[in-house]
Amino acid sequence: MLDNPAKPLVSVRDLKMHFPIYSGLLRRRVGEVKAVDGLTFDVMEGETLGLVGESGCGKSTAGRAVLRLYDITGGQIAIDGREIGDTPQSQLREMRPTMQMVFQDPQASLNPRMTVEAIIREPLDEHTTLTPMEKRKKVAKLMDAVGLNRKFAARYPHAFSGGQRQRIGIARALALNPKFIVCDEPIAALDVSIQAQVVNLLEDLQEKFGLTYLFISHDLSMVRHIATRVAVMYLGKIVELADRETLFAAPLHPYTKALLSAVPEPDPALARNTNRIILQGDVPSPSNPPKGCNFCTRCPAVMDICKQVEPEYREVKPRQFAACHLYNET
Amino acid sequence: MTDNTLEMNEKPRSQWLDVWDQFRTHKGAVLGLGFLIFITLFCTVGPLIWDVDAAKLNIRNKNIRPIYMALFDSGAKVSWSNPMGSDNLGRDIMANIMQGGRISLAVGWTAMILALLIGTTVGVLSGYFKRLDGLLMRFTDLVLALPLLPLLLVMMLLFRDPLRSTFGPEQGIFILIVTGIGITSWMQTARIVRGDVMALKEREFVLAARSIGTPARRMITRHLLPNVMSPIMVSATLGLATAIITESALSFLGLGFPSDFPTWGKILFDSVDRMTSFPERVIWPGLAISLTVLSVNYIGDGLRDALDPRIRGL
Repeated sequence: MLDNPAKPLVSVRDLKMHFPIYSGLLRRRVGEVKAVDGLTFDVMEGETLGLVGESGCGKSTAGRAVLRLYDITGGQIAIDGREIGDTPQSQLREMRPTMQMVFQDPQASLNPRMTVEAIIREPLDEHTTLTPMEKRKKVAKLMDAVGLNRKFAARYPHAFSGGQRQRIGIARALALNPKFIVCDEPIAALDVSIQAQVVNLLEDLQEKFGLTYLFISHDLSMVRHIATRVAVMYLGKIVELADRETLFAAPLHPYTKALLSAVPEPDPALARNTNRIILQGDVPSPSNPPKGCNFCTRCPAVMDICKQVEPEYREVKPRQFAACHLYNET
Repeated sequence: MTDNTLEMNEKPRSQWLDVWDQFRTHKGAVLGLGFLIFITLFCTVGPLIWDVDAAKLNIRNKNIRPIYMALFDSGAKVSWSNPMGSDNLGRDIMANIMQGGRISLAVGWTAMILALLIGTTVGVLSGYFKRLDGLLMRFTDLVLALPLLPLLLVMMLLFRDPLRSTFGPEQGIFILIVTGIGITSWMQTARIVRGDVMALKEREFVLAARSIGTPARRMITRHLLPNVMSPIMVSATLGLATAIITESALSFLGLGFPSDFPTWGKILFDSVDRMTSFPERVIWPGLAISLTVLSVNYIGDGLRDALDPRIRGL
């Protein structure tokens, strides 16, 4: 693993996505929500990078910003060797086939007025010049690939269960043979039995088509199952990024430790002995983050320097990145 | 797999067949459609069969009661040559209703379609493009704040004569009335459509379409318009009714069609002062207006249900 020959398919440098807040009588700009504030990471070809963090920490925004569904505030994004950070939306169109997205809510991400066939065919309509017959064949193949009965092609999304709808969404994302797929909490809206099916499907497809995933989730056990490397986000920043085994076995950042200790332990005997790290207080507002380290208001190992200086995000151990003063020798 | 390939070769069932199947289950809508076809045929094909000149005066045969009056009153003045009676100048009422229906329906439909086009365009543009929103909505508010009837009257006074000289008296007035009604009744549609588009724009399927790279033009036609169909349909049915009634009001004020040119509204208003002695002259055009509006309302209702796949049960 250490002499990994894989080159990064996606590399993100200092990605920032701030949403302005307008208020008052004149709708003046009074501040901004720093939803994503300086992300730096690489996604290697063929790997799955898990992105975890609690609700509202900017995971989904990060995923959408990487695909340039937003006009980003700052930073660079390179996908497949092409810089797309400041490309205008109209020129991004030709890049769209390489990068696709699977959405969180399968109910909301499918147009209720379109048949399944029309939904899966939409990317083909936009980017290919196939004949209608070829398109229908391709749609049928995609439906086979995600395990949907092709007889359902003429039905509408409301007639399907959550898991089936998510398969439709996955089939749509696969239609243009993308290299990189952002999975934005694809399993959060599904019940547990279906979650496993969808995750296994994603793994199978990765093997079959050589896909690269950015897998956004708040479900740590699922990320442990699917991801090759894991990045932990807190308040718009990555606090730790490491290989899956390293991160789950020896986390560095206090936030990661707290997050991991929150995973339920199935064995009751062990569960009684674990020392849960329970964080006090709430996540600070992303429009007004604390001075210094973002986590200093809740950190169990807080030091004076944390409240003054923002810790640098660096490689603390080989292949393990963290942003914490605990590991910065002074 | 072999039977699957076989099945893929047959053409998919047309969506419009499903829509028709659902439409047929709505009894009111089918009745409405039936009546609308009937009244349209009555007005278009009718004059070919009942070829009495609607404008022909016949003073000797004035004030003839409709033929069914003979049943209640043996002394009533009835004649088979005027089955629905004649008015105080001896003009045949049935021919007038046919002729007037042509105009009223034509004005109603054209003005409604015009208002709908303007309203939907303004609504979609201001809902979808944030930059246009302020400008277009303030413009909508401006038009909404104008008192409509005086505005229409001024329009009639200003543009009647130039239009008459270019398109002829009837054609000119028709264009004037249709545009007048059309450009003063699109605001409700625009506001409703804008609100719906703004809500839809934030839905994830629109984001999904953006991640595919769908350009704005096709985003609107493929994702937004089909989903704002229901409010558009409702405003359309209401718009038709308003257009017919506004046209009647204009004719009543003497600024619509010329006096020898019947429309339903005009027949109605001409007969109001003799309503007590000749109620049929009010009842028939009134009934024609209300039933047409009602049937269009029902058709709109049925179409809205039929176009919604969730209700269609597919």
